[in-house]
Amino acid sequence: MSDVKEFDTRPAGNPSAESPLAWTFHRQGVLPRDANAGVRLREKSFLGHLILRGGAIILDEAVREVLGMALPARPNTLTLDESGERSIQWLSPDEWLVIVPGGEEFALESRLRKAMGQAHYSIINVSGGQTVFTLQGEKAREVLMKSTLYDVHTQAFPVGKGVSTVFAKSTVVLRRPNEDSWELVVRRSFADYCYRWLLDAAAEYGAIVER
Amino acid sequence: MFHIYCPYCEEHREEEEFHPKGQAHIQRPVDPEACSDEAWGDYLFFRDNPRGIHHELWVHAVGCRKFFNITRHTVSYEILETYKMGEKPSITAADLSEKDKQAGVQAASGGWQTVGARPESEALNKEARA
Ligand SMILES: [Zn+2]
Repeated sequence: MSDVKEFDTRPAGNPSAESPLAWTFHRQGVLPRDANAGVRLREKSFLGHLILRGGAIILDEAVREVLGMALPARPNTLTLDESGERSIQWLSPDEWLVIVPGGEEFALESRLRKAMGQAHYSIINVSGGQTVFTLQGEKAREVLMKSTLYDVHTQAFPVGKGVSTVFAKSTVVLRRPNEDSWELVVRRSFADYCYRWLLDAAAEYGAIVER
Repeated sequence: MFHIYCPYCEEHREEEEFHPKGQAHIQRPVDPEACSDEAWGDYLFFRDNPRGIHHELWVHAVGCRKFFNITRHTVSYEILETYKMGEKPSITAADLSEKDKQAGVQAASGGWQTVGARPESEALNKEARA
């Protein structure tokens, strides 16, 4: 058992919530829908984000038991479950980012706490602090090349890789969950800026924004 | 723009992701209550400034956010090695070539020290006592 006080940050009764891009979309009115768009951009809002910190061995045992997934041990790697909806990403030698479908995070946190008992670790629910953008399309990589110094060539950045790096003078977690999409984990306060940067960078290729 | 090898991320990353944090291997006096003012002042304020090999603390601020060490040549700016916290540098004064030594290249000893500063601070202390 864990003696840490837990509380569900998601209020009961499902009151309406707004994503970090709510105001941006509202102000934009009509979302871009260019013909033959080279880039497709979508916000995956309201997902559950947990930061796990602690020793790799104890955390690995716990996530195997609770999530049925192994903790990525190699630096800058990402593992996903079969559905692709749940992921664990290496952030530093003692820190991992877990992203699960919205609403699962509190139950997951409780189960992880139970599994880890009195071990030395920390779990923080950061769901409200960040959001995920998905970038797809044949020009997605071109847009990234204009935005980050990190090498996004498919040889240097294979599927299953994820890094946190400088992006358009801000910082993001950039990751490649599958062959045809890139994900950006963006801080809430930078969401509007990154979104507009991406649209600006994608202007020459044409862009479609999906909600 | 150049790349620095992060020993935790295990790859070269853009310099922009890092911040320098000053001299590495600075030892805090074990018993601050019992140490002399000079030793404490030394620890707080005095740093090596060698012409040559310098061990520095850096942080991978935008990446893994871990601190690590760099051995850097202050004349050529060449990064000779990077290594994790708690590890010892493999390149030290002993690795300086004769040519370097004759050219006046120095190596930071690591740890707090008062080369050049000690006589001055002693004089100041005497003045203060007088
Ligand atoms: Zn790093």
